[in-house]
Amino acid sequence: MEVRAQVSMTFHLDKCIGCHTCSVACKNIWTDRKGTEYMWWNNVETKPGTGYPSKWEDQDVYKGGWEPKGKSIGLKVTDKFRGLANIFHQPHLPTIDDYYEPWTYKYSDLFDSPAGDDQPTARPVSLITGENMDINAGPNWDDDLSGSEIYAKNDPNFAALSDSEKEALFEIERLVFFYLPRICNHCLNPGCVASCPSGALYKRGEDGIVLLDQNVCRSWRFCVSACPYKKSYYNWSTGKSEKCILCYPRLETGQPPACFHSCVGRIRYLGVVLYDAEMIEQVASAPENELVDLQKEMILDPHDPEVIAQAEKDGVHFSVIESAQKSPVYKFLKEWGLALPLHPEFRTLPMLFYIPPLLPVLGHVEKGNYNVDVENYFGSLDKARLPMKYLAKMFSAGDETKVREVLEKLLAVRMFKRAEQVDDIDKAEVDKMLEKTGLTPEMCEEIYRLTALPTYEDRFVIPPMHREYVADALMGDPYSFKAEAGIGGFKDRPERGL
Amino acid sequence: MTFSDFMFGVFPYMCIIIAIVATTWRYVTDKFSYSSLSSQFLENRQLFWGSITWHYGILGVLTAHLVGFFIPKSILWWNMEPVRLYILETTGFVLGLMALVGIILLIIRRFSSSRLKVVTSNMDKILYTVLFIQVLTGVLTAIFYRWGSSWYSGFAVPYLWSIVELRPDVALVDNLPLTVQIHILNAFFLLFLLPFTRLVHMLSVPIKYIWRPHQVVRWNSRKKILGPF
Ligand code: HEM
Ligand code: SF4
Ligand code: SF4
Repeated sequence: MEVRAQVSMTFHLDKCIGCHTCSVACKNIWTDRKGTEYMWWNNVETKPGTGYPSKWEDQDVYKGGWEPKGKSIGLKVTDKFRGLANIFHQPHLPTIDDYYEPWTYKYSDLFDSPAGDDQPTARPVSLITGENMDINAGPNWDDDLSGSEIYAKNDPNFAALSDSEKEALFEIERLVFFYLPRICNHCLNPGCVASCPSGALYKRGEDGIVLLDQNVCRSWRFCVSACPYKKSYYNWSTGKSEKCILCYPRLETGQPPACFHSCVGRIRYLGVVLYDAEMIEQVASAPENELVDLQKEMILDPHDPEVIAQAEKDGVHFSVIESAQKSPVYKFLKEWGLALPLHPEFRTLPMLFYIPPLLPVLGHVEKGNYNVDVENYFGSLDKARLPMKYLAKMFSAGDETKVREVLEKLLAVRMFKRAEQVDDIDKAEVDKMLEKTGLTPEMCEEIYRLTALPTYEDRFVIPPMHREYVADALMGDPYSFKAEAGIGGFKDRPERGL
Repeated sequence: MTFSDFMFGVFPYMCIIIAIVATTWRYVTDKFSYSSLSSQFLENRQLFWGSITWHYGILGVLTAHLVGFFIPKSILWWNMEPVRLYILETTGFVLGLMALVGIILLIIRRFSSSRLKVVTSNMDKILYTVLFIQVLTGVLTAIFYRWGSSWYSGFAVPYLWSIVELRPDVALVDNLPLTVQIHILNAFFLLFLLPFTRLVHMLSVPIKYIWRPHQVVRWNSRKKILGPF
């Protein structure tokens, strides 16, 4: 056992209202510079939908993540020798058109146009070339378009469904969508790090944040392909890649990342977990149906004296261990078993976990009334508008029982609270549900509180980052302003090379 | 000092010294600017044809030059059999031609897309010109002055060594054809350009990747920290 700490995250999808505040908070801080306009380190997708970049989940095209090779695994996009042979032209690199061409409007035309009969318009101009352009893709281009033939229908997760099942989904009574906010997962087995020939990407030992050292990046651009979540981006202007930094400068001063802090639906939880680093390769190479369980298994109980002793030996600060004991992520993931990783089959061991959404159930129209007919409370899961198969494809490598388990628990908590507060359902029915899901009334109460009433301090349990140990070594001018100092380039201006 | 004394006896030293000092300077003071400045993200299809032919061509040719430089005897020995001479000459010629086609494709590509114009610096334009001249004179030499692999080892290599050994022997190259002379001088000029262009990317070949472990973890300091537990 080798214990390491990881700042980890949970997103509660039932709570996301799709407002994109998170995306904008991030953009205003980190990606409002030239060459980064198209980047959304945080983005919110409508599911079913094609996402950003378009159809990013289709690894037959993008070649992100790992695949089994022999007893272990290898990167899909490259291996050590192919990497060097393909360096001059990387066969699977997405291009700007897979995202969208960023643009602005020529606002000056509104003022400078000669007087005439027509209103002047501000034409869109490309933020790359400055030329006039037609906009045919953009951020959140398929926002809320769940019934769309062009977008929703091409969702790669539908691969698990038969054609008739797919057709049925597009009936008007079944239309349904939910939001999927995404940031870098700060994986335990990151494809981005493993693919970089220069070794520019690295995981911080103390907190597991995955960063990209721009002074070492030489623009070989493998990380962009190897990240199956497409969360490493190429800055076409500086010739360096960039990625989500989990707002480490904020974390180091005790503040949650900007997207967490600004989240309107309060869906985001952050806390540290302890894990066994010796298990990484074994877990990442496991058969697909064991991936979720094994990944949970490698997350250690921070109350276990043995784990604590080993953690201290391995250099985890005791204040971080304390923080891990209060982590909301640990509770959702391990104590209650409510959270699942996104696409575990990519095998990067993502450390952002999702609580899958309880979907509306199917109904029918009778005499002008819209009726849903569910016999028992769990039955509604089978009548969910999106088939369980779809959610399973996203959150458990296709294993429906895992998603069902979580959703049953979520339902049980709802019914428990309803019985308590509205008192219109049979208590015996509730007890049966608790028994089946293994929840206790105390757990239900706690889940309810952390889901519906959490304070800022409940949602963000930020471990002390102990910069005092390194402050002297790393500190440049702390008062330098934006674009005067690079991200990761502490002294240099981030300018494009000759 | 005659003009050719200067060009072949002094100019190379100017280029070499500037190249070494400036490359080191740039590396020490501005690591951020070391990059291949890939433009594949903006244009993918034409780059495939241009970049692949160019790099495989130029790297092959460059390797041949280096082998000839360090072990000229090996080339002369290889060329003792005419068949082997033909093989070497043909291979060299094909690689040179690949480089030439590659650089032409890359130049056309640069100026055929408005997106790429945005990321083409003046230094890029100078570099393309100089590289084009270099490869063109190389290919012309191969066409008009046959069996170059042999006389490269006989004339050019001793001259290059005379430069390295700080006793420049201009007589060795004074009477070579003009194309060859341009090729030599342009090569030194390229060396001079190295630190001032994207060419620095060839110095950062990430060969270490082959033996480094996949995952990279950076620790601030890792030691046992015993707490109150
Ligand atoms: C030693 C190994 C080398 C590696 C790994 C390498 C790699 C690369 C890469 C990744 C690019 C960017 C291509 C893109 O736009 O995506 C590039 C571009 C370029 N390389 Fe190299 N290169 C090497 C050697 C050389 C040499 C020896 C030369 C010339 C003497 C050279 C000249 C160029 C030029 C001119 C470009 C610009 C191409 C363009 O965008 O038009 N490279 N190289
Ligand atoms: S999500 Fe992508 S960029 Fe983030 S750590 Fe994982 S592989 Fe790397
Ligand atoms: S800010 Fe929160 S609620 Fe709004 S879209 Fe982002 S994650 Fe969802």
